Amino acid sequence: MAQARLDRREQLTGWAFIAPALILLGLFMIYPIIWSLWMSFQVGKGMNLSFGGLANIERLTKDPVFLRALGNTFTFFIIQVPIMIVLALLFAVALNDSTLRFRGLFRTAIFLPCVTSLIAYSTIFKSMFATDGIINQGLMALHIIGSPIAWFSDPFWAKVVIILAITWRWTGYNMIFYLAALQNVDRSIYEAARIDGVPAWARFTHITIPMLKPVILFTTVISTIGTLQLFDEVYNFTAGTGGPSDSTLTLSLYIYNLTFKFMPSFGYSATVSWVIVVLVGILSFLQFLVARDRRRP
Amino acid sequence: MTDTSLPAAANATSAAKIRSGAPANPLALIRRALVYLLLSIAAFVSVFPFFWMIVGATNKSADIIRGKNGFGTELFNNAATFFTQVDALRVFWNSAFIAVVGTALTLVISSLAGYGFEMFRSRVRERLFALLLLLLSIPFAALMVPLFVMFSQAKLVNTYTAVILPTVASIFIIFYFRQATKAFPSELRDAAKIDGLKEWQIFFFVYMPVMRSTYAAATIIIFMANWNNYLWPLIVLQTAENKTITLIVSALTSAYTPDYGMTLFATVLATLPTLIIFFLLQRRFVEGMLGAVK
Repeated sequence: MAQARLDRREQLTGWAFIAPALILLGLFMIYPIIWSLWMSFQVGKGMNLSFGGLANIERLTKDPVFLRALGNTFTFFIIQVPIMIVLALLFAVALNDSTLRFRGLFRTAIFLPCVTSLIAYSTIFKSMFATDGIINQGLMALHIIGSPIAWFSDPFWAKVVIILAITWRWTGYNMIFYLAALQNVDRSIYEAARIDGVPAWARFTHITIPMLKPVILFTTVISTIGTLQLFDEVYNFTAGTGGPSDSTLTLSLYIYNLTFKFMPSFGYSATVSWVIVVLVGILSFLQFLVARDRRRP
Repeated sequence: MTDTSLPAAANATSAAKIRSGAPANPLALIRRALVYLLLSIAAFVSVFPFFWMIVGATNKSADIIRGKNGFGTELFNNAATFFTQVDALRVFWNSAFIAVVGTALTLVISSLAGYGFEMFRSRVRERLFALLLLLLSIPFAALMVPLFVMFSQAKLVNTYTAVILPTVASIFIIFYFRQATKAFPSELRDAAKIDGLKEWQIFFFVYMPVMRSTYAAATIIIFMANWNNYLWPLIVLQTAENKTITLIVSALTSAYTPDYGMTLFATVLATLPTLIIFFLLQRRFVEGMLGAVK
């Protein structure tokens, strides 16, 4: 619309259409954000709050549980997001081949995990990863392990289960975005590359990846936000404890515990939540930077 | 790529052979086989937990954690335990009410905004829209404490209203509708104006029917998000008679020694509505997701 300027009446109509959403967003998003920023400078228990300046930030640096939660969240992010993105890309490229048989079947199967709720699938995984359960039996039958792994009572394996579970739930979701983007890539580019003798791997790294860069960036940012907010699965696996001995405690779970389990310290939990905001900001910025640099060879 | 003229020719002929269905070279066959193997493993891993869930619902808890991988005879016992422990009718009513009312409100309010942002552009509103996109990256954890305090001060804790209201204006869905509105033919709006329709009439009687496939895709996305929502309902729904099925499944799983037969039966019930919707509207669902990214 290279439009003539809207007249007064149309201006008003425009505001009327967006007013309900704006009022709700103001009330339930913008106001709470400002409030939580203000709250993060308050100290005290319950509703007895007083201004504490940077006391909460100081407390962060000395709080071993917070540092533990930060480390765990970061571990989940660093390991899980790249594995999932690479798998999703591989599946998307494989499924984009129009000569492949059973494409629809494969696509539906790999996408299916997305329809389950985070709670439903973590319940299923919890029962599959029981010490005498199906997963251990399967691994022992394949002679991958000699004796059963105590998945949920070992700090290392508990993290592994969570990473496996999240990857199971979200890989197909990311794959759909890549499939969509691949459909917009001009097929003649691949055809030309193939005729020029460019091997499959080079076609993948030199054509597919650069073409998909915006979508990869988008999904990476979305996955970063999701992983840094990790809550449902951990809560369900560990009955809210983040155990064994805080080895799966995430920042969101810690905020929840600070607010709703212990004597509530709203100020401090608001500070921890702003740590997530800042982390999301920094990581998204870094991802944008990486994506931009590669575009100029 | 200067010294590859020979292999290039060889590759080109082999590619031509594959396309014409003639026997290809062994390397290409192996690669093909690997692709099928990879996809089959992925598909198996993706589907097995669903199979496991259904099998589990027919077995005793003790058998499930012993890894029994076959249908059992305990389905009716598990169902009976579930229905005596949980007021299922009430729980499903809670979930359905929240999901249906929440979805309907979100559809109307967010599509109104998406349409408004696209059809009536002004500098102020464009700035506002950019600000909203920025807010998309704010994690819910940063909002939940003030939100909880707000709702407890308004004495609305433990109500449907508290669950639904904060989700109704969804920035993601507003963005989705704004993108979709770009494809709405403006001649239709002009014609309706000439016929004397008011702006709100154009929206409800022209725009909504024309954009029904956009609405269908959005419905699925929003319904699933509402049905599966966990953290916020966990915080605001505090008494048993108001809890949703998602919260109940979580509570059953978190028991000190969970009854997995019964819990997996509950999980089947909790997953069934979204699974049915997915299979009924699969094409629309994928299209909807694709539409959202473009």
